[in-house]
Amino acid sequence: MKRRRFPPILPILTLLAMLGPVAAGLWGTVMPAFGHLPAAGITGPSLDPFRDLFDWAGLPRAMFLSISTGLLATGISLAIVMLVTAGWSGTKPFRALERLLSPLLSVPHAAAAFGLAFLIAPSGWVSRLLSPAFTGWDRPPDLLIVQDTWGLTMTAGLIVKEVPFLLLITLAALGQADAQRSVAISQALGYGRVTGWLKTVFPRVYAQIRPPIYVVLAYSMSVVDVAVILGPNTPPPLSVQIVKWMSDPDLAMRLEAAAGALLQLGLVIGALAFWRFGEYVVGRLGARWIASGARGKFDGVAAVGALTAGAICALSVLFGLVVLAIWSFAGFWGFPDALPDAFTWRNWLRFGPGTLDALGETALIAITVALVALILTIGCLEAEYRFGLSFSQRAVWLLYLPLLIPQTAFLPGLQTLMLSLGADVGRLPVMLAHLVFVLPYVFLSLADPFRAWDTRMGTIATALRASPDGVLWRVRLPMLLRPILTALAVGLAVSVGQYLATLLIGGGRVATLTTEAVALASGGDRRAIGVYGLMQSGAALVPFALALLIPAVVWRNRKGLRHG
Amino acid sequence: MKHLAVLAALLAPVPALADIDPANWDAVTAEAEGQTVFWNAWGGSTTTNEFLAWVGSRVMEDYGVTLEHVKLTDTADAVTRVLSEKQAGEDDDGAIDMIWINGANFAAMKEADLLFGPYAEQLPNWAFVDVDGKTVQTDFTVPTEGFESPWAMAQVVFVHNTADMPESLGSMQALLEWTQANPGRFSYPQPPDFLGTTFLKQVLVDILPDPAVLSDPATDENYDEVTAPLWAYLDQLTPNLWREGKAYPATGTAMFPLIADGELDLSISFSPGAASTAIANNELPPSVRTFVLDKGTIGNASFVAIPYNSGSKAGAMVVANFLMSPEAQARAQDPAILGYGTVLDMDALSDDDRALFDALELGVATLSPAELGTVQAEPHPSWATRIADDWMDRYGVSE
Repeated sequence: MKRRRFPPILPILTLLAMLGPVAAGLWGTVMPAFGHLPAAGITGPSLDPFRDLFDWAGLPRAMFLSISTGLLATGISLAIVMLVTAGWSGTKPFRALERLLSPLLSVPHAAAAFGLAFLIAPSGWVSRLLSPAFTGWDRPPDLLIVQDTWGLTMTAGLIVKEVPFLLLITLAALGQADAQRSVAISQALGYGRVTGWLKTVFPRVYAQIRPPIYVVLAYSMSVVDVAVILGPNTPPPLSVQIVKWMSDPDLAMRLEAAAGALLQLGLVIGALAFWRFGEYVVGRLGARWIASGARGKFDGVAAVGALTAGAICALSVLFGLVVLAIWSFAGFWGFPDALPDAFTWRNWLRFGPGTLDALGETALIAITVALVALILTIGCLEAEYRFGLSFSQRAVWLLYLPLLIPQTAFLPGLQTLMLSLGADVGRLPVMLAHLVFVLPYVFLSLADPFRAWDTRMGTIATALRASPDGVLWRVRLPMLLRPILTALAVGLAVSVGQYLATLLIGGGRVATLTTEAVALASGGDRRAIGVYGLMQSGAALVPFALALLIPAVVWRNRKGLRHG
Repeated sequence: MKHLAVLAALLAPVPALADIDPANWDAVTAEAEGQTVFWNAWGGSTTTNEFLAWVGSRVMEDYGVTLEHVKLTDTADAVTRVLSEKQAGEDDDGAIDMIWINGANFAAMKEADLLFGPYAEQLPNWAFVDVDGKTVQTDFTVPTEGFESPWAMAQVVFVHNTADMPESLGSMQALLEWTQANPGRFSYPQPPDFLGTTFLKQVLVDILPDPAVLSDPATDENYDEVTAPLWAYLDQLTPNLWREGKAYPATGTAMFPLIADGELDLSISFSPGAASTAIANNELPPSVRTFVLDKGTIGNASFVAIPYNSGSKAGAMVVANFLMSPEAQARAQDPAILGYGTVLDMDALSDDDRALFDALELGVATLSPAELGTVQAEPHPSWATRIADDWMDRYGVSE
C-alpha cells in the first residue's frame, strides 16, 4: 500500500504525546488530593486534604474570583469580537484593526498585564498625563485599582488579550463561512449590517470557533501570571493560591494544593457546562429572533460601541507597550512627571545581554515544538480525511484536555513522572511538556479550517490524476496557507508564553524570556520589566507578522485565497 | 573552634557514596574544574543577579567552574524540587547544586536530610569569618552545624523619603502613631514573603517586654498569649496602611517604585545598603534615607547550602568558599554593587584585604555599623511559620 504515506499512527502518536503526560500528571494529583504522598510520609486514602481546603477562610472568595473572571472575560471578549466583526468586517476601521492584530496577539499575557498596570495604576501613565493639571494630584491617590478586590482589573487584563485571540480565530473561520455573500443578501432584504451578520453568519462562525472559546473560558478561570500581576491577593484567585500551596516548603501543603487543583478542575467543568447551557438558551432565543424578522434598530449603536471597546482593548495593549518602552529607557521618573527626567541606555546595557541568552533558548524551544505540533496536526487531520477515522467527534475532546485542565493540576505530577523514568530535566523534556499545551492550540486553530475545506477541490484534482499526496501538497495545503501559518504562530506564541511548564519540567535550568521576566516581576523593577516585556513581545511578534504577510504576498494575485 | 571542626569532620563516618572530603581542599579544587554549578537563588533583584554573574566569571577564571544562576521567585521552589527528586530516587545528579537559603527553608531541608555536609567550616576562607561577632553558626536559632556557609549579613532598616517624611521613628509604637497621622503612606510586603514575615517578627520583638521567649520553639501553650499584642497592633495598623490593607506589595524591592512615585513615605528593607544602591540605579529618589529602632532591629545571615544529591558538590564548595573571600565580600558590601553586610571579621584579614573594605563609600542612605546599633536575634523559625499562617488567616483573606 504505497499510498499510505500518512499511516494512522500519527493520530495515535498525537494523542499519546498529549494525554500520556496529562493522565500521569493527574494521577500524581489525585493521589495526594486523597491524602496519599509517600514522599512526605503521608499515606492515604483520606479526605483530610479536602477538609483542610474547605477550612481555608479565603476559599469562597477565591472560587468566586475564578468563576467571575472566567465568565466575564470570555463573555465580554466574545461580544466585542462578534459585534466588531458584524459591524465592520470589510471596512477600513476593520482592516486597521486587522493590521493591529499581529502586534496585539504577539504581546504575551504577562507583558500586556504589566503594560496595563503601568497605564492605569494610581501612579500609572494615564494618571501622570492628567496630573496635576486635571486631577490636582501631586502624589498618586491611594486608590485600589490594580489588584482590586473584585478582580475587575485582572478581568480587563484578560479581555485585552482574549479579544485579539478570538478575532484571529474568527478571521480564520470567516473564510469558510461565506460571510460576504450572506451579509449582502441579508442587507438586500433590508436587514441592518449587524443584525444581518448575526442572523446569517454568526451561527456558522460560532460553530467553528466554539472550541477556542471554551479554551478561553478555561484559561481565564485558571490563569496564574495575569492574576499575580493584576489580580487581588487577599485572597487571590484559586489558581494562584494553588501555586502558593504547591511551593510551600511544608510538603504536606501539596495535599491541600492537590485538593484545590481538583476543585479548580471541577469549577472549570462546571463553568463549561454552564456556558454550553447558555449556548442552548441563546440558540433558542436567537431562532425566535431570526423568525421575528426584525431588521435591527440598534445596529449603529452596537457597532460603534463594539468598535470603541475593541479600540480601547487595542490601545491599552499598544500604549502598554509604549509605557514598557519608556520605562526600559527611563532614568529617574517621579510622579506626576509625564516623562522621565532623562532617557538612558543604562537599563538595556544592564539587562540586554541576559535577554539575548533567554531569547535563544526561547526560540529554539518554540520553533521545534510548534513545527512538531504542526506536522502531527496535519498528519492527524489528513489521516482522518483519507481513512475516514472516527477520530473527529467524541475523541477530539481528548485533545482539549490539556487546555481544560488547570496546569497546576498535573504539571507537578508530570515532573515526578519524568524523574522516575530517569528522564533528565532540561531542554528536551521542556519541549515535550510544551508540546502538551502547544499541540491542542495548533490543532484548535487548524482543525476547523482544514475540515471546512471544500473537498470538491480534491475531487477535481483527483479527476485531473493527482495522487492523494498530490492533492494534499499541491491543492489543500497551499489553499490553507493562511490558517496553517496562523496555527504555527499560535503554537509559537503559546510556547513563548509557557511559565509553569518551563519552570517545573526544566528544573529551573531552562531559562526562557518568560521565566526570566516572571522571576524579575516579583522584584517590581519597572525598568527590567520594561526590557524583558519588550523582548518577550518581540519574540512572538515576528511569527504573527509572517502569518499575515506571507499569504498576502504568495496570494497577491489570488484574491479569494487571501483570507482562506 | 576551627580545629574542633576539623577533628569532628575526621571522626565523622565516611558517607556511603564516597562524597568528596571538604577538608581535602586540593582534591576539591581538582574535582571542581570543569563542573557546572546550578545555583538556585532568588532572582527578583537585578543587582543581586548581576553580582551572581560576576561571581560566575570569577570562579570560571580561577577554578574553571561554570556557575549558572537559576532565578527563583521563591526559595521554597528549590526545596520542593529537591524533595521531589528524592521521592523519585534521583540521588546522584539532581537539578540543584547550591541554594541561597536561610530560616525555615534551611530548617526544613536539614530536618529532612536533604543537605550535603558538614562542609562549611572546612572551607579555607572560613578562617576569616566572624564567628563570634555575627550569627553565622545559627540560622534563626537553628544550629547550622556546617551544612550551610554564610555569605552576607542582613539587618532590618526602615526606608523613608525625607522629602515627605523628615523624621525617623524610634519604636513600633511610634510607627503605629505615625501611620494614624499619615494614613496610606506605609506598607509591608505580604506575608509569607520573608520580608513581610520579618516585619511581623520585628513588631513582636519590639513591643514584647521580654522577647527572650521567642528564642525557643513556639508551643501551643504560649503561642496565643505571646502573639496577642501583635494582632492587637496589626488590627490598629491595618486600616491606615497603603490601600487600607486590601493589597500589599509582593516583595521588598517592589516597594521601591512605590516610594519613588510618592505612594509610600516609609517602608522596610532587610538590606542596610539597598536604598543607596537603588538611588544609584534611579529606582529611588536621592532624598531617601534609612533608620533603625531605638532597641535595634532583627538581623540574620544569608547562607548557601548544597543539596545531598548535587552532582557538582566540589564545584559548589568552590563557589561557597569564593563567596566568603575578602574579594567577593568587599564587592558585595559596595553599595554601588550590592550593599550587603560582610560576614568576615575585619581583624582576621590581612592589611591589604582590610583596605578593600576601608575604601568603600557606604552610600548616602546607608547607616554605618555603629549607627545600625544592636542586632536583635531572629526568633525560632516555628514562630515565623505560625505567625505567617495566622496572618494569612486574619488579613490575607480579609475581603
